[in-house]
Amino acid sequence: MELYVPILILAVLAAGFAIFSVGIAPFTGPARWNRAKLDAYECGIEPTPQPVGGGRFPLKYMITAMLFIVFDIEIIFLYPWAVAFDQLGLFGLVEMVLFIVTVLVAYAYVWRRRGLDWD
Amino acid sequence: MTTMLAGPIGPSLADFGKDPWWISLIKAVFIFVFLMLGVLFGVWTERKLISRMQNRYGPNRAGKFGLLQSVADGLKMGLKEDLMPRTVDRVVFFLAPVIIAVPAFLAFSIVPFGPMVSMFGVQTPLQLTDLPVAVLFVLAMASMGVYGIVLAGWGSRSPYALLGGLRSSAQVISYEIAMALSLVAVFLFAGTLSTSEIVNAQAAGGTWEIGGLSIPLPSWYVVMLFPSFLIYVVTMLGETNRVPFDLPEGEGELVGGFHTEYSSSLKFAMFMLAEYVNMFTVSALAITMFFGGWQAPWPISLWDGANTGWWPMLWFFGKLVIAFCFFVWVRASLPRVRYDQLMALGWKLLIPISLAWIVLVATVRALRLEGGDRTLVMAMLGVIVVVIGVLYYAFDTSRERKKKDQQAQVREEFARLRNEPTAGGFPVPPLDLPHYHGVSSRPAVTRADSKEVTSEAKV
Repeated sequence: MELYVPILILAVLAAGFAIFSVGIAPFTGPARWNRAKLDAYECGIEPTPQPVGGGRFPLKYMITAMLFIVFDIEIIFLYPWAVAFDQLGLFGLVEMVLFIVTVLVAYAYVWRRRGLDWD
Repeated sequence: MTTMLAGPIGPSLADFGKDPWWISLIKAVFIFVFLMLGVLFGVWTERKLISRMQNRYGPNRAGKFGLLQSVADGLKMGLKEDLMPRTVDRVVFFLAPVIIAVPAFLAFSIVPFGPMVSMFGVQTPLQLTDLPVAVLFVLAMASMGVYGIVLAGWGSRSPYALLGGLRSSAQVISYEIAMALSLVAVFLFAGTLSTSEIVNAQAAGGTWEIGGLSIPLPSWYVVMLFPSFLIYVVTMLGETNRVPFDLPEGEGELVGGFHTEYSSSLKFAMFMLAEYVNMFTVSALAITMFFGGWQAPWPISLWDGANTGWWPMLWFFGKLVIAFCFFVWVRASLPRVRYDQLMALGWKLLIPISLAWIVLVATVRALRLEGGDRTLVMAMLGVIVVVIGVLYYAFDTSRERKKKDQQAQVREEFARLRNEPTAGGFPVPPLDLPHYHGVSSRPAVTRADSKEVTSEAKV
């Protein structure tokens, strides 16, 4: 655990600085009220009303996030395998190739179904 | 066969976690100040360098050579009005800059600056801390930064910010996969995730005995694992949202992307700060993984004292400056890519190539370890190559077929609609009217003609 204490010290420093900067921002600058300034910026046109709690967004981004999780999990398995590779030897290699091929099947399927395309 | 040489050995994982608290505090403050000054002068360096590449002077008013330009900009940001649009989610809007800035700093805590030194009488490594999972920690912090981007876009409740935030986060997570995969080969060789030990592993390459000659192998992984390094370079540009992958700031289409609603106050300064700190982090990671960390480059390394004491910090700093200048060089040279090209590059090219490269490197390494049992490995490699070939063939033929179908469809549609003035019910003006070619027609005739056409269309 001692290894993580210095990170905590740096985190306190960085968070202190960031919160201080963001918190002090309203007080250092002038405040001149103007209705247009408080609207969302849309290049001068009337802002589009946004629903409370966030609106809709293209599904593509959700698919990307899901694929990210799949590959992130693959990476989580690859890292310990790479570190312990010299001890595992050929057995580890065969196992990992089988695993990668399994993930590649899913990957090929997604590619085939145009899951990786943006239009 | 290779034999490992005993080279200059830096601290290993066992040397960490023994600092008294005040040494840790000194190091943490040093890293904080280093990054802050680095951002201030990094912005200046970038503007100055890119100006020179574009045949102009760049900032030259504030201070000597404009050196104080970033300080002046920072002060100006502090004195700007802090706008909070009515519609924003106040808590999220306030927290997003903090969430993006803090992990950016934290990622730097495992970067090795140098070997063991004596600091106020205490023997301590020139590195804040090291973890058994140090590189994983950097990737985790990079992922935490994505939360800042998403929340800034989401909390702003404006279309530009929302789209910019989504685009940014999709880009960063896509490139993070390729980045993480490109580092696997390094771990295969180093056998550890701890940064200090990866630097140690690059100390000596060993020798290659062939026919009585002993050829020294290069020690930095950039030579041995060059494809990994290339993939890493592309992903580090994508990961930090830099040119040519600075889509989130595609100002022509999205204004400022996820930070559109953050007026140029200190909140915006946090985003700016995080962007530059992230650049330093990925550069430092590249140096640690591929360029021997703090170790002296070749001509200097002939000097015995090059890798001892405080000197390595200088080599590290020099490498960092070179990496930063590379970012600027790329920015001055390359145009921005399109979003679909960006995602296609990340998902369809970098990820499969990284995976194939990992399998190749692992196979070669297994061959070396096992020595005898080569036929099995070779057979497996052959099977993989055949499978990839078959897959590619299937892909290619189906894609060609689709393309042909589509082209035939377009041709057929064009042939059907060519002679119709109102193509498929849509009013389309005829493309060969005389006035398109600079011929002025008599108004009376035109009017009569158009009347005729409209009456025909009505019929």
